Amino acid sequence: MTPASGRAALWIVLASALLAAALAGLAIGPVRLTLAEVWYALGGRGDVTAVAIMRDIRAPRVVLAGLVGAALAMSGAALQGTMRNPLAEPYLLGVSGGAAVGAVIAVAGGSPFGVIPLGAFAGAVAAVMLVLAIARAGGRRPDPRVLLMAGVVVGAFANAVIMIVLASAPADSVRNALWWMMGSVAGATWGQVGWFAAYGMLSVTVLLVIAPEIDVLALGDDAAASLGVDVDRAGRRAYVVASLLAAATVAAAGLVGFVGLVVPHLVRARAGSRHRGVIAAAALAGASLLIFADLVARTLRSPSELPLGAVTALAGVPFFLFQLRRFR
Amino acid sequence: MIRFDDVVVRYPRAAVPAVDGVSFDVPVGTITAIVGPNGSGKSTLVRALLGRVTLERGVIRVDGDDAATLDRRELARRVAVVAQREEPAFPLPVPDYIALGRHPHAHLWSAADPGATTAVARAVEDADVRQFMDRATDELSGGEWQRVRIARALAQNARALVLDEPTTYLDIAHEMSAFELLDALARRGLAILVVSHQLNLVARFADRVVLLHRGAVAASGSPSDVMRGDVLEQVYEWPLVVTRDPAVGAPALLPLRRRRNA
Repeated sequence: MTPASGRAALWIVLASALLAAALAGLAIGPVRLTLAEVWYALGGRGDVTAVAIMRDIRAPRVVLAGLVGAALAMSGAALQGTMRNPLAEPYLLGVSGGAAVGAVIAVAGGSPFGVIPLGAFAGAVAAVMLVLAIARAGGRRPDPRVLLMAGVVVGAFANAVIMIVLASAPADSVRNALWWMMGSVAGATWGQVGWFAAYGMLSVTVLLVIAPEIDVLALGDDAAASLGVDVDRAGRRAYVVASLLAAATVAAAGLVGFVGLVVPHLVRARAGSRHRGVIAAAALAGASLLIFADLVARTLRSPSELPLGAVTALAGVPFFLFQLRRFR
Repeated sequence: MIRFDDVVVRYPRAAVPAVDGVSFDVPVGTITAIVGPNGSGKSTLVRALLGRVTLERGVIRVDGDDAATLDRRELARRVAVVAQREEPAFPLPVPDYIALGRHPHAHLWSAADPGATTAVARAVEDADVRQFMDRATDELSGGEWQRVRIARALAQNARALVLDEPTTYLDIAHEMSAFELLDALARRGLAILVVSHQLNLVARFADRVVLLHRGAVAASGSPSDVMRGDVLEQVYEWPLVVTRDPAVGAPALLPLRRRRNA
């Protein structure tokens, strides 16, 4: 198979997987619908209950899961190239820790449940800024390794804060916070989908525009500099954009691990060497994976739901082990 | 083409400058070689040219423009650099890798610039890497990888080519063919600046040699001017003799064994 025909096959497979995951996500649930019923209900025809389930519950949930999965995977793909590190992902770089601190403080402070996403987003953004500040204070230039270590340090600091806050918080708010930290797209609304899509579109556009710079950054600092890239500025920009994209996913769905780490690896070898292709392929694969994971989360032990983050981790580990065999 | 003018570079917290008042020219159509012991400031000069370290004093001019204030992509269109070390984070197919040399020419959204195909084809031809085109960057030997990197630099279509120790890890045949390639490129009108430890190769191929010692120029001029036993012995702090290669007439350096009872 030539690279070009292999590439075409990849896009067909990814698009089919997304379609299949979306249809399954729409059709399967406590009320099982046929594909024909899904089609009619989406168009507002047929059984009134089916239309309501489809339009108000399942469709926004599937769309939000898809968007969150796509955003996490794109963020991870961009960060791995920028940091020149296959283990880089938004959660390793402080975003998840910051978001968790924000959410836990919001919960423990007695805020209503609806404020948690705001707290999470604020925490994630604060963590990103803190990582940048630490990397810069580290002296010299903030090279990828310094940024990575700063992310790990901020994560550890966040964990300490969370433990302290939870230790002194009332039991039910602890449970709320924990539940939120495990990730979920339950109760997704079109409003949520709307703001997330708008915000995500902005970040993704910037990410795709700077993708060629990420190609060059992945060669290493000296090579990138010799190709006309301002290594420090380009690296910082890619980090900030990718992290802010991940921060939005945290606000929308809590902490959903592994997607940002595993999905880019799944597509990287097959989507070609250019990050525009890798990021786009990661988006499709990430969307499919998270829609499917959410389907598992809400049907496996229906009517109760499993945490989405646990499902992605359980699905991600074997995938990742399989990928590891490909490393030499 | 490139002119280093009284360049001083000092790394943070360093007592003495890494490069201390270095001046020399790299004219088009020639090979200029920088030689000197480890730590004499050779690579720092390359990093200074790339803007990776700031100059404490002096200026590096490229076609008369200050390299420090030149737009980075413009600089990359004028000067291509093969740095000492490079390892892509993710292996990529050789053709894709070489095409990255077009980055300084590419526009924001278009996948490739108009001159890309011809520039890449020519670079592949010149660096003689056609036989590696169906491989990935992690499937090349040291010598093959070096050639492929030179091809990527050539795809930049710059009039100056800077190489930092291009023959490290190369055997004699690959060393020779790398320098033959530089020679051919210089004769075609490129300005070549090469940092090298291979004094005997430099003596045969370079038009001008700049010998660095503790950040300053210890000698510069033609290979015969610089390759003098007394000068080299002092700079390298090692006993040696300089003879004349009987076959090619270039100066040839022979480091001596230290006598046990000396």
